[in-house]
Amino acid sequence: MRLTLHIWRQKGPKEPGRMVHYEARNANPDMSFLEMLDVLNEELTLKGEDPVAFDSDCREGICGMCGFMINGVAHGPRRGTTVCQLHMRKFKDGDVLYIEPWRARAFPVIKDLAVNRTAFDRIIAAGGYISVPAGSAPDGNTILIPKPVAEQAMDAAACIGCGACVAACPNASAALFTGAKIAHLGLLPQGQPERDQRVLKMVAHSTLEQFGSCTNIGECEAVCPKEIKLEVIARMNRDFIKAS
Amino acid sequence: MSSVAIDSHVGRAARLYQAYIGKKFVMALTGVILFGYLVGHLLGNLQAFLGPERMDAYAAFLHSMPNVLWLVRALLLVSVVAHIVASIQLTALKRKARPQGYVKKEAIGSSYASRTMMWSGPIIAAFVVFHILDVTTGVTNTAQYRELHAYENLVYSFRRIPVSIAYIFAMVALSMHLYHGLWSMFQSVGISHPRYTPVIKRLAMWVAILLAAGFISIPISVMTGLMGTKL
Ligand code: FES
Repeated sequence: MRLTLHIWRQKGPKEPGRMVHYEARNANPDMSFLEMLDVLNEELTLKGEDPVAFDSDCREGICGMCGFMINGVAHGPRRGTTVCQLHMRKFKDGDVLYIEPWRARAFPVIKDLAVNRTAFDRIIAAGGYISVPAGSAPDGNTILIPKPVAEQAMDAAACIGCGACVAACPNASAALFTGAKIAHLGLLPQGQPERDQRVLKMVAHSTLEQFGSCTNIGECEAVCPKEIKLEVIARMNRDFIKAS
Repeated sequence: MSSVAIDSHVGRAARLYQAYIGKKFVMALTGVILFGYLVGHLLGNLQAFLGPERMDAYAAFLHSMPNVLWLVRALLLVSVVAHIVASIQLTALKRKARPQGYVKKEAIGSSYASRTMMWSGPIIAAFVVFHILDVTTGVTNTAQYRELHAYENLVYSFRRIPVSIAYIFAMVALSMHLYHGLWSMFQSVGISHPRYTPVIKRLAMWVAILLAAGFISIPISVMTGLMGTKL
């Protein structure tokens, strides 16, 4: 299949960037989106041009490394799917695709489509953990957790921290990410001792990192490859109001 | 954490407000107050359908308790100001958070109403200013304006077609504002449930539509001559 691509090219964090037009002639429907870019990059390299930089690691939709905008939608048109798990059969021959990096002050572009998401790590470091005495492992089932609660916590824990929520949010808010982490730990007994401090610190830190505010728009939920629900944000709000 | 224990309520509130969640909390709270007013105002207005005596008696009743009236007005004014200030601060955060926009951006998970709150809001605010000048103080009303003659004042006001059209337009904006605002306030204060939130959203839509329809019914009745024929 043939595709027309408009890709954001930017040499470095300080350089100005621009959209550059490419023709991808050798795409085939069985490729993943990233493989299609790999092929394009091979062609660029052979021509002596700079390949398009983008992040990826597992390519199985579980690590959260990949991600960029395809035609204005984070991770592209398929719901609940990372861009590494998006296949070219989702597109038609002759499609015109605009490919851009996540845009947020907190996610500065490193190069082309790769952005720096360490702000997420710093939000986690601010409180997204539980403090445990690291002795020998406790016996299994010493702390009983009802199945529905465990499921809810697991749903929140499914967040892979890819940053699509921030990218899609008109406010560039990290509320879905932060909410997912807070819900994940706040639902479990192990997360209770630090529950108040966690939400206060993580929310404060997300503002410090220059993420925007949540205005309950819902774009994040729509693009989340792990289909994390706005409910986690409500939980974060509730915990925050209680804790402050 | 002993400092938390001795913190005053004021300190707590200030800390809460510093965070964007606190600002949203204030928007939700003031939103509820303003919504409550709208419901009351609509019920008052609909009395116009019961005739001039009923409407004017209602106006006189409200003015018979000046203390309560001014207390309510003060509360509304404070709510409006807080609502607007918080919204401006949140918008400023938004601008800062994404200095460079997208070449192409698609909205796939949000309502048009939710994305245009900063349009519908100012439209409503501007309308409210005009509305007060028009039917409360009479500054922009017709020469026939007489204080406390609520029925006549509204009929004369709405006989001017542009005023009626502006009113209807503002009510559509209000409807959209409520469509998002009425469910969003639940989310902002932390109320969300997989089963009830969709119900709240649907209810919010119907309340928004019915409320606006109720308000709009009055200028329509005046313009079509159903109301105020004897004047
Ligand atoms: S590369 Fe790991 S999620 Fe896409």
